[in-house]
Amino acid sequence: MDKIPILRLGNFLLVTIQVDLYDRLALNLEADLVQMVNKTNARGVLIDISAVTIVDSFMGRIIGNIASMSKILDAETVVVGMQPAVAITLIELGLPLKGVHTALDMERGMSLLKSMIDIDDEDIDQESTDDDIITQ
Amino acid sequence: MILSLSKDTVQVLKEQDVVFLKNRVKEVAVKIKMGLVNQTRLLTAASELVRNMMRYANGGVCQIEIVSSGRNNGVRLIFSDKGPGIPDIDAAMRDGFSTGKSLGLGLPGTKRLVNEFDIKSKVGEGTTVTIIKWANG
Repeated sequence: MDKIPILRLGNFLLVTIQVDLYDRLALNLEADLVQMVNKTNARGVLIDISAVTIVDSFMGRIIGNIASMSKILDAETVVVGMQPAVAITLIELGLPLKGVHTALDMERGMSLLKSMIDIDDEDIDQESTDDDIITQ
Repeated sequence: MILSLSKDTVQVLKEQDVVFLKNRVKEVAVKIKMGLVNQTRLLTAASELVRNMMRYANGGVCQIEIVSSGRNNGVRLIFSDKGPGIPDIDAAMRDGFSTGKSLGLGLPGTKRLVNEFDIKSKVGEGTTVTIIKWANG
């Protein structure tokens, strides 16, 4: 049974999809990834689809699902490396991937993830300092 | 006038066949020097249609043809199944309509990706979908 490896890097999970996904593989990835987010307390998920040549409506839905599922487990998802032809096809198909963050390459995706999570942390810090003041 | 230059038939009954079919379609598209964006559109369309065939009719047959309109070459795919058929084609062609648990983008989305799209269906007998994607266009 084929499996797409999920790598852990600090607070993030990295997934590089090297093959064209077929349905079963995509569904397994969705389940594995959500499990991993939960198990590792990951704050961010980075999915590299630079080697993927076809994203049809099913695959698009899986990507959207992964993003929404991770979101309610408090992890952000960024999809990186989409090929231009895939972007054209997705929009013509009618699948704008709303709610999924994207970045051009791994590096930008990483900094986007970091910035999103930093902002969250700052908010929490600020809230806690506010609390401190109140309690004082 | 559309001439058929070559013809090939692929049976699709299980998930491995889907991969094989996509590879065959890709080979044919490359053979007629279809551009990368059009190749992607064609393969995505094929992917949508073959999924429909698997999900609703437990598989079927796809005929892959290289066709010519004189100046332009293209790929014609004919997906035929002996599934339950589609009772209301107009509804099935509307964005967001689905009897399964999908987004309902398959058929209308596919139509937007290809140059020619034809669907015929008879309840209880099956469905045939024909698409053409021209190399330039």
